[in-house]
Amino acid sequence: MLRDIWTISKKDIREVIFSRGNKRGGLISILVVVGLIGVYFPLFSQDTWFTSPIAVLNWAWMPIFMVTSLVTDSIAGERERHTLETLLASRVTDQAILLGKISAAVLYGWGLFMVSLLVGAVTINVANWGGPLQFYPLDFFIACAGLSLLLCVFISTIGVFVSLRAPTARIAYQRLSLSMLALVLLPVVLTQFLPQGSLVPMLAALETINLQKAFLILGIALLALDVLFILAALARFKRTRLILE
Amino acid sequence: MNYSIECKQLSKNFGTLRAVQGVSMQIPTGSVFGLLGPNGSGKTTTIRLMLGLLQPDAGSVRVFGLDPISQGDQVREQCGALLEHTGLYERLSAEDNLQFYGQLWHMPQRELQARIKELLGKLDLWDRRKEIVGSWSRGMKQKLAVARAMLHQPKLVFLDEPTSGLDPVAAAALNNDLLKLVKDEQATIFLTTHILSEAEKVCNLVGVLRRGELIAFGGPHTLTQSTRNAIVDIFGQGLTDPAILEKLRNMPQVRQVEAVDGHLEIGLEGTAEPSEVVKTLVMNGASVDEVRRRKAGLEESFLKLMEEENA
Repeated sequence: MLRDIWTISKKDIREVIFSRGNKRGGLISILVVVGLIGVYFPLFSQDTWFTSPIAVLNWAWMPIFMVTSLVTDSIAGERERHTLETLLASRVTDQAILLGKISAAVLYGWGLFMVSLLVGAVTINVANWGGPLQFYPLDFFIACAGLSLLLCVFISTIGVFVSLRAPTARIAYQRLSLSMLALVLLPVVLTQFLPQGSLVPMLAALETINLQKAFLILGIALLALDVLFILAALARFKRTRLILE
Repeated sequence: MNYSIECKQLSKNFGTLRAVQGVSMQIPTGSVFGLLGPNGSGKTTTIRLMLGLLQPDAGSVRVFGLDPISQGDQVREQCGALLEHTGLYERLSAEDNLQFYGQLWHMPQRELQARIKELLGKLDLWDRRKEIVGSWSRGMKQKLAVARAMLHQPKLVFLDEPTSGLDPVAAAALNNDLLKLVKDEQATIFLTTHILSEAEKVCNLVGVLRRGELIAFGGPHTLTQSTRNAIVDIFGQGLTDPAILEKLRNMPQVRQVEAVDGHLEIGLEGTAEPSEVVKTLVMNGASVDEVRRRKAGLEESFLKLMEEENA
């Protein structure tokens, strides 16, 4: 099954790279993201790129958001282009097809983020040529890698459900993007409804929070959600049902 | 005899629509079976049931003795399919499409390369293997989809209307390619079509589906005999006089009369002989130069079956 998952993932990533008609267009869009997060923003932030996690996390949404385009294209898009039925008529199991598609989206988004992070480290060191070798604090780097991976899986599985209900890839993409945007904006909107004077102590409490502990709690919560959503997606993704939709 | 497919009272409904109704048939291994029927008669649904893509509401289907629902992966392992749509990844090249499916079938890389070369060579697509499929004509895409269906040398190949949407030249070319492949591959072929001449040329076993029911099953020859149609072409002078045509139409042994390019095309019922028809013509002042009797083709037999069912 792992071999099938890998084959499907490779194909889906290849399709996204070739989605503009040739390989060059796809590679340029990847280079733009890596160029922004791996070169431009680190140069702009200089030393704070390593010392302030917020600078990195500020831009983490960019590659992670690219998960949405791949997952919607690989499920709703395949159905729209009438390639899904042929894939379903092959020897591959329902689980391998679904996990292959989730893996493709995760590998693409998370891979881009990790590459951008590493390129960012190289950029800062090149910019400070002759100085001591610098890198992200190890615990922050591990937390970033872990959380972004879990977040990509989370978005992908939500994307599976959205794609299965959407008539076209475009609509699936729009719906998933809006859901993600709502998720990001929800805390901001909620603060507007907080009782007056409660925001300042809350922010003060956040500043004293143990980041390691917070990342761990967030990680566990995301992991639980990921497992739950993957199991639900596996139960939902059945050929005999998909063919009728 | 070994059967690749066996159906017993197979039925599938979509709401109130009875897509497939009590279909029972056995397809011997190695045969080229053509499932004929007009659009919406249940051909595609039948294939989907056999591939385990749909669950039957009643009856059973066995493919190589396996249940396509509970043992679907094992069934599909041994099958290749060109379904309603080509199912090709149009952003990828022809070679990438075949590479992907070859890898899904766990074909060793060297064997896969050789097979791609063999199939694309036979279908005259080898020189264009690096091109993006989206830029190809429909005929070329259909050919590539046939190659994909046969890539892993399956024991059973489903081809759902392979020449649908092609112009007559492209359809004839694809049929020739299909005939060549069928001969070389020695697989059981399950073909659906509404183009009767296509089935007549390619199939050694046919079934006729109408509104989900299998109304005829057998060799194309048996099918044409079972409908017991004979057509007589009569050449001469004064044959198309309206009064004569009316008299012919009233004869019990005459099913249909048509004046075509100055001669008469007469469909006879059952085993009726044309002598009575000739006699009627001569007695009514027409002169008969030549009488040619021909067996009804699959197309005429199919139309007759459809008419009988409608009646």
